[in-house]
Amino acid sequence: MTSTFAWPAIPKAPRPGGAEPNMPDYERECETFTWEQAERELDGLPGRAGLNIAHEAVTRHVRAGHGGDCALRWLPRAGAPEELTYEELERRSNRFANVLERLGVARGERVFCFTGRIPALYAAALGTLKHGCVFSPLFSAFGPEPARQRLEIGDARVLVTTPALYERKIAQLRGSLPDLRHVLLAGAGEGGAAGTESLERLLGEASDDYEIPATDPEEPALLHFTSGTTGMPKGAVHVHQAVVAHHATGRLALDLHAGDVFWCTADPGWVTGTSYGILSPLTNRVTSVVDAAEFDAERWYSTLEEQQVNVWYTAPTAVRMLMRAGAELASGFDLGRLRFIASVGEPLNPEAVVWAEDALGLPIHDNWWQTETGGIMISNYACMEIRPGSMGKPLPGVRAGILARDDDGDLLLRDGEPEEVGPGVEGELALRPGWPSMFRAYLGEEERYRRCFAGGWYRTGDLARRDEDGYFWFVGRGDDVIKSAGHLIGPFEVESVLMVHPDVVEAGVIGKPDPVAGSRIKAFVVLREGAEPDNALRREILALARTRLGPAVAPKEIEFVADLPRTRSGKIMRRLLKARELELPEGDTSTLETA
Amino acid sequence: MTDAELRAAVLDSLAEVAPEADPGALDPARPIIDQVDIDSMDFLDFLVAVAERTGVEVPERDYAAVDTIDACVAYLAGRVGEPA
Repeated sequence: MTSTFAWPAIPKAPRPGGAEPNMPDYERECETFTWEQAERELDGLPGRAGLNIAHEAVTRHVRAGHGGDCALRWLPRAGAPEELTYEELERRSNRFANVLERLGVARGERVFCFTGRIPALYAAALGTLKHGCVFSPLFSAFGPEPARQRLEIGDARVLVTTPALYERKIAQLRGSLPDLRHVLLAGAGEGGAAGTESLERLLGEASDDYEIPATDPEEPALLHFTSGTTGMPKGAVHVHQAVVAHHATGRLALDLHAGDVFWCTADPGWVTGTSYGILSPLTNRVTSVVDAAEFDAERWYSTLEEQQVNVWYTAPTAVRMLMRAGAELASGFDLGRLRFIASVGEPLNPEAVVWAEDALGLPIHDNWWQTETGGIMISNYACMEIRPGSMGKPLPGVRAGILARDDDGDLLLRDGEPEEVGPGVEGELALRPGWPSMFRAYLGEEERYRRCFAGGWYRTGDLARRDEDGYFWFVGRGDDVIKSAGHLIGPFEVESVLMVHPDVVEAGVIGKPDPVAGSRIKAFVVLREGAEPDNALRREILALARTRLGPAVAPKEIEFVADLPRTRSGKIMRRLLKARELELPEGDTSTLETA
Repeated sequence: MTDAELRAAVLDSLAEVAPEADPGALDPARPIIDQVDIDSMDFLDFLVAVAERTGVEVPERDYAAVDTIDACVAYLAGRVGEPA
C-alpha cells in the first residue's frame, strides 16, 4: 500500500443520548495520564497489604455494596442463561482458594485450567489469584502434546479440567507429569477417574470465607504461553500489578462503564480471554457475557440483541465470518444497545471496519497488543477518528516507536543504540518498558527474555509504520510465527510432531493466507525414499498431527515435496516456502543452498 | 446418489479433514463437534469436501441443519441432483 489512507477516515460525532466516553479527548489524556494515578482508581488490599487482582476484580465491589450486581451471564450451548452475581463469584472463588489451602498448594505454585468456557473456570481463576498462586489457562482445542509441554514448562501443581478432556487428552500424560499433584474434575459429580478429585465435592466441603493474604504487587499472578519461531512455547509471567493496566485499558480503550453489558468473545485459553474475558470487565464492574458455544452467525447476533450488549470485543476471523453470512442476517436483529465494538488478534482489514458501519451501525475499533504486553497497547478510541486498517495510537501512558532494522531482522544501531525511523518508514514496533502489565519473565528462560529488550526498548517482533499523525499501521510479522484465527502458532512445534511419523524425513510449516482465518497452517513434507505420496499417507500423517496437536495447532493442509529450501547453516527457509506457495518473487536467495 | 452413497461421501469428507476420527465409533445422531475435535475452519473444509463429492453447497444459514451425520445425509438427499 503506497497511500497512508486508501480508505476515508471515519469521523466521530457525539452520539445523541449515548454515554460520554471515559476519555473524551485523547491528546489531553496523553498529557495528564500517569500509571500512578491509574493505580489510585483501584483500592489495594485493606491495611495497605499490597495489590491483588482478585480483590480488585470482585471483593472490593462486594464490600462497596455492589454484591448483587450481575458479574457473569453464562450462556450454555443449549438452555437458559445462568447469572452469577459479584457476591456469588466472591463466594465461589473463596471456596476455590480454600480448596487450594486444604490441598496444601503453596504460594506461587501454578494452577492450570484446561476447560471450555464454563463458570467453574472463572471461580478457579479468581480463587487461584486470591490464594497467591499463579493462574495459567490452556486452550481446550489443544491436543495432548501442546498441553503436556505447557504443563511441564509451567511446572503445574494443580490442573482443573473436565472428565471428557481428561479422558481424551490428559490421562495419557500423567506418567510424564510427576509434579502435577492434583487433577480436579469439574462436572464429574462425586465420581471421577482414578488419580483425580471431584471439584464439586471439594468446593462443597470448603468455606465461603477467605481472607486474601498480603500480596506484593510484583508477585507472579498469571502465566500465559506464547510461541516463537524456534524452540518450545514460552511462558510469559505477569504480576498482580498488571491489574492497573487491565483496569485502565478497559476504561480507556474499550470504554467500559460500570453497569455495562460486555461481551468478549475470546476464549480464556488465550491472553485476550483472560485479560478481557475475566479480569478487566470485573475490575470495571460490568456484566460479562460468556458464551459456551462456538461461533454461529445467527446465535451471535441474537446474543447481542437478547443480552443487550453495550460493548463488544471480538476478533477479525469472527468479523469476516459474519461478513460471509451477509448484512441481511444482521438487519433482522436489534443491535440498538451496542455502543462500542473493538477487535484484536490480527490486523482488521479496512473492508471489515467499513462493513460493520453499514451492517451493524457502528465501525469496529481495531487494537494491538500481545501476550507479553498483558493488555491493550495501541488502540482506536471512542473519541478518535478511525483510519480503517490502522491499529490506532498508543494508549496514554504507553510510548511506542518504530525501530530501524536490516534485512536479517537485526536492529540497525547508531552509536550502539537502536534508532527510531520517521513517519511512513517500516521498522520493528517497539515499546518503552514501564507499563504495569509488561511480562516480567519467560519462565525459566532468562536469556530468551533478555533478547526481547534492546537499548531501553521492548521489541515486539511485529513490523509496522507510523503515519504523520501518529497512527500505527501493521505491516507483518518479523519472524516465521503464524497467526491463525488470531492464535499464535510456532512452526517448529508443528514440524517436530510431523517428524514423529516414520515416513516423514523433514517438514516445513508456514501460514498460508486465508480470507477468513488470516492464515491457515500448511505443512510441506519430505517423505523417506520408497514411501508412497498418496492420499492415504497424507491422511495418516494428518491424523497423527491432529491427535497430538489438536485442531488449533495441527496443519490444515499437507503437501508432499521432494526437498525443502535451506540456508547454508541448514535452517529451513520458511519465507521461501511461503513465497513459492504464493507465487511471489523469491527475493534474495544468496544464502540458499543450491537446490 | 443413494442414501448409502451420500453417507459414504459424508464420512469420506470427514476423513479428509479429520482422519483421526473412527467412523465406526461415531454416533450418526449426535452432533459431529461433540464427538470429533474439529474447529470452525475444519467444519468449513468438511463442507467444501462434501460439495466436491455431492455437488451440493451448504449455505451458511443451513449449517445448523447439517450438524450430525444423519442430518447431513438427509439434507443432501433433498438437494442432490438439483440444478445449481
